[in-house]
Amino acid sequence: MSDRIFGIFGLLLAIGFAFAAFTIEESFLSDAVGPKAFPLIVATILGLSSLVIALRPDAEPDWPALRRLVEVVSAVVVMALYAKLLPVAGFVIATALAATYLSWRLGSPLVGAIATGFGTSIGIYVVFHLVLGLSLARGPLGF
Amino acid sequence: METFANLADGFAIALTWQNLLLALLGCFLGTVMGALPGLGPSNGVAILIPLAFTLGLGATPSLILLTSVYYGAMYGGRISSILLNIPGDEPAMMTCLDGYPMAQKGMAGQALSLSGIASFVGAFFATWGLIFLAPQLVKIALLFGPAEYFALFALAFMTLGGVSSTNQAKSAFAAALGLGLATVGVDTQTGVPRFTFGEVHLYDGLDFLVAIVGLFALSEVFIFLENRHGNSDAKKSKLVIGRLTTPLSMLKTCTPTMLRTSVLGFLAGVLPGAGASLGSFISYSMEKRLVDKEGTFGTGDPRGVAAPEAGNNAAAGGALVPMLALGVPGSGTTAVLLAVLLSLNITPGPLLFANNPDVVWGLIAALFIANLMLLAMNIPMVSLFTRLLLIPPRILMPIVAMVSFVGIYGISGSSFDLLVMIGFGVMGWVLRKLDVPLVPIILGTLLGNAMENNLRRAITIDNGNWFTLIDSPLAIGLWVVAIIGFVLPLIFGRKVRAGMHQRRDEESSITD
Repeated sequence: MSDRIFGIFGLLLAIGFAFAAFTIEESFLSDAVGPKAFPLIVATILGLSSLVIALRPDAEPDWPALRRLVEVVSAVVVMALYAKLLPVAGFVIATALAATYLSWRLGSPLVGAIATGFGTSIGIYVVFHLVLGLSLARGPLGF
Repeated sequence: METFANLADGFAIALTWQNLLLALLGCFLGTVMGALPGLGPSNGVAILIPLAFTLGLGATPSLILLTSVYYGAMYGGRISSILLNIPGDEPAMMTCLDGYPMAQKGMAGQALSLSGIASFVGAFFATWGLIFLAPQLVKIALLFGPAEYFALFALAFMTLGGVSSTNQAKSAFAAALGLGLATVGVDTQTGVPRFTFGEVHLYDGLDFLVAIVGLFALSEVFIFLENRHGNSDAKKSKLVIGRLTTPLSMLKTCTPTMLRTSVLGFLAGVLPGAGASLGSFISYSMEKRLVDKEGTFGTGDPRGVAAPEAGNNAAAGGALVPMLALGVPGSGTTAVLLAVLLSLNITPGPLLFANNPDVVWGLIAALFIANLMLLAMNIPMVSLFTRLLLIPPRILMPIVAMVSFVGIYGISGSSFDLLVMIGFGVMGWVLRKLDVPLVPIILGTLLGNAMENNLRRAITIDNGNWFTLIDSPLAIGLWVVAIIGFVLPLIFGRKVRAGMHQRRDEESSITD
C-alpha cells in the first residue's frame, strides 16, 4: 500500500513538474533545445517510474509505531527551531540545547544528555572556531 | 616512463607536512567512521566536505583528506564485522561471514590483522591499477563529444540501479528526482529562472552539499531516533582480541586469494554503478566456489576473511578510475568525492589530467601514503578502534547532527540552507524506508547540469537534430551498454541481489 501511495505521489510530482516546466518563460535568445526540453524528459521518466512503482508495489516496509513517528517529527521540529534560533541565540547555546534534546531522546539519562549537549557544543566551538577559525553564528553574548 | 615521472611529482606534492598530517587525520577519522555502525564512508566523507571547504584547504589537500577518509572507512568496516558480527558499513557485510566465526574461535586478533593485510594488498594493487588504467580511459574519453557524454551520463544512471536497489523502477525514480532537483535555479544557457517559484534563495540552485549532508547524515540520525537505538552494540559481547599477529602459514594460504580478489574487486569497482559492496560480494563468492573444497567457508576460514577485504578495498580504488578519468562516479562515495571536486571548481574528466596534473598525481601519491599509514595504524592500534566501538549512538548521533549543521552553516551562513538540509534529511529517511536508493539522487543533482548542457550542446551543434544523439558508433555503443545494464538486472539481478542483501540490516542501507 505504501508503494501505491508513493507511486501516486510521484506521478503527481511528475505532472506538477511538467506543468511547471511548461510555464518557464523562454528567453528570446534561446538555443535549439531551450530550457524546457530537459525538464520535460526528466518529468516523463519520473512519471513512468512512479507508475511502475504504483502498479507493481514491493513488500510493505515496517513503518514505526505512532509514538516513534512522533519522535522523528519532534526531532525535525527541534532541528528547524535550531536553524531559526542559531542567529538569535548564538552558536554555543543553540547547539547545546539541540544536542541535549537529541541525546535525551536517544535514551541518555537527563544529566548525561545535558553533559553530552554542552560537551558537543563547547567541543565543536573550541575545535572549529577557536582552533580552526571557522566563523560560527554569534549570539548576543558574543559566542 | 612518463607515468613514473608524474608519480614522482605527485609524491613531491603529497610529502609536505600539511598533506601528511591531513592524510593521517583522514585515515584515523576514516577508520573510526568505517568501524562505527551507522556511519559509512559516504556519510563520513559527506560530513567532512563542508569542513574541508570552509577551512579554505586547496584542492589537493582537501582531496587528500577526503580520500584518506574513504580508504580508511574501507579498512574500518571490518572491525565491527569481525568483533560484533555487525558490519560497520555495507562493503564489510561479507567479512562477517567468516570473520565473526573466527573471532568466536578466539582468533579475533588474527582475523583483524589478516584482514588489515588483505585490505592493504587490495588497495595497493588497485592504486596501481588506477595509475595505469585511468590514462588509457582518458585517451578514449578524448574522443567523446557532447552526444557521447550525454550517452555516458545516461549509462551511469541506468547501470547504477542494477546493484544499488532491489527495484529498477525505484532507482529510475531516484535518478529522475536528482536530475529534476538539479534543474532548479537559473538556466545556465539562457538565464531564465526555472522552478524557483519566486524564491530568491533558489535562483542559485540547490547546493548539492546541502542535499548530500541532509540525505546521508541527517537521515541516519532519524533512523536511530526511530529505532531508539541509543546503546552501543559492543556492550553485549565481550571484546577479546587475542594475538595480533598472523601466522606466516595463514598468510601463505591466503596470498593467492588476496591476489585474485584484488584483481576482481578492482574490475568490479571500475564498472559504473557497482562499487565496493559488489566488489566484496563477488570476491567472496568467487573464492568460495574456487577454493572452498572442504566447505569451511562460513565457519571461520581465513581465506573467507581475506577475500572480501581485499575485494572491497580494491573496488574502492577501482571506483576512482571512472570518477577521475570520465567525471562519472562508480559508487556512492565516489559520487560524494565528485561533489568535492565540483565545489572546488575542478571538473573531473580528461581535462583534469591535462590541466591539473598536480591534483591527480598528488592524490594518487597520497593514496599510497594513506594506505601505508592505514596498515601501520590498523594492526597495532586496532585495540584503540575497538574501544571506540563502545561509544553509544546516543552520544555519537547528536555530534554527527551538530557537525553536519556546523559544516553547512559554515559554507553559506544562512538558516535557509539549514532548513533545506533538514528537508533533505526527512526526504532521505522516508525514501530509505521505501527502499529507494539515495545514491542516484546525489548523482542526479551532481551531474544534472552537465548532462543537460551536453544534450543541448550536441543538438545545437547539429541544428536541432535530435538524432545526433545516436549518430556516432561510440554513442550507439554507449547506449547499447546502458540499455543492457538496465535490462540485465531485471532478468538476472534478483539472484545476485538476494545474496547481497540477505545480510543487510536497516541501519546500513546506504550503498558504500
